[in-house]
Amino acid sequence: MDAKNLIASRVAQELKDGDVVNLGIGLPTLIPNYLQPGIRITLQSENGFLGLAPLTGDPLPNLCNAGGKPCGMVPGTAFFDSAMSFAIIRGGHVDVTVLGGLQVDQDANLANWMVPGKMVPGMGGAMDLVTGAKKVIIAMEHATKDGGAKILKRCDLPLTAAGKVHCIATELAFFRFLDGVLTLTETAPGVALAEIRAKTEADFAVSPDCHEMRLPA
Amino acid sequence: MSTPCRSYSYAELRPHFHDGMSILYGGFMAVGTPLGIVREILDSGVKDLTLIGNDTGSAGSGVGLLVANHRVKKVIASHIGMDPETGRQMIAGELEVDLVPQGTLAECIRCGGAGLGGFLTPTGVGTIVETGKTKLTFDGIEYLLERPIRADLAILKAHRADEKGNLIYQRAARNFNPVMAMAADFVVAEVDEIVPAGGLDPELIVTPGILVDALILAQER
Repeated sequence: MDAKNLIASRVAQELKDGDVVNLGIGLPTLIPNYLQPGIRITLQSENGFLGLAPLTGDPLPNLCNAGGKPCGMVPGTAFFDSAMSFAIIRGGHVDVTVLGGLQVDQDANLANWMVPGKMVPGMGGAMDLVTGAKKVIIAMEHATKDGGAKILKRCDLPLTAAGKVHCIATELAFFRFLDGVLTLTETAPGVALAEIRAKTEADFAVSPDCHEMRLPA
Repeated sequence: MSTPCRSYSYAELRPHFHDGMSILYGGFMAVGTPLGIVREILDSGVKDLTLIGNDTGSAGSGVGLLVANHRVKKVIASHIGMDPETGRQMIAGELEVDLVPQGTLAECIRCGGAGLGGFLTPTGVGTIVETGKTKLTFDGIEYLLERPIRADLAILKAHRADEKGNLIYQRAARNFNPVMAMAADFVVAEVDEIVPAGGLDPELIVTPGILVDALILAQER
């Protein structure tokens, strides 16, 4: 399993039956492929509906996901306008959001929307999602392409939100913020604690129950 | 607002365009953007526009066409990353861009149309979005005071209208359109079909016709 699919399969284990979930574009869209049997979730698409599904067959006019790409919808889908969509998001009606990250720090701060002078795409719905969702999971590769740490003592990129992250899933490790402390709870198969320490700048605790991820074969 | 709602040709919109005007445009990655009206704005030659909407489309689609043709002075949007030309002009200093969280943008426009002086949101607290804004704390939660947004013109895309201007939308093309219908001095909707009054189920109307000043039957342009 490659890094992205490993991360997606681990994040899928965090989702409970009945959850309303908003998935960011990219890696998080792989997560529904790994839902455990009996887990049914409803996907919220911030461009204005509940009931997002993968595209099957020919695209329908005027049906796209939050990346602007054609998608499907489940029976029982509901459409609404953008003010309602973000009332749902900010109002705590979304159980889980899973987004990518550029940096997360040990104070649960997230930076994922701009690199000053280089990449300024805008925050889209990310700031509202991270602020309003009941549980915020950051799914990202553990280090930058150059091998630099992304889990830091303090984010140096502009923040998406302060103190809102609940979990971080990478191809090496799974962390939770427990009583405000960044805590390693799982290691990826075959990954040693020493490697995680070497690739993580942040201070973190190691849970007494820390164990290897239990992933599907 | 007189009834029935007046049906316009694209060319009849021209007197409503002027240099330096502000325009609210519906759509999310150009889905729900009235592309025929965007083309008419381009062909009219107006410039120094302030565009307010979710994004600038992707590489020349939707309002990206106006950006690419240097008609735009300022963009207020939540995301410009799919239209590289918007980013290029912003970094080159040719275009002013205000990036606003998507939920905040929607609610600012809703306030603009709903007679409200602003609202309090936790979104953006602790980020550069709070720069220059009033911060208030209630029950231990920090909020930013966000102000309403209105514009001179709103351009909408709807699926069906009746002669009174009542609108229904199609799927994800609804997005910002119903919110913007309330927040401009002149509101025009490009629609796929116009039916007689009574031809739409009143229970299913999303935008009441009193908010819509002009209807245009969509044509390939």
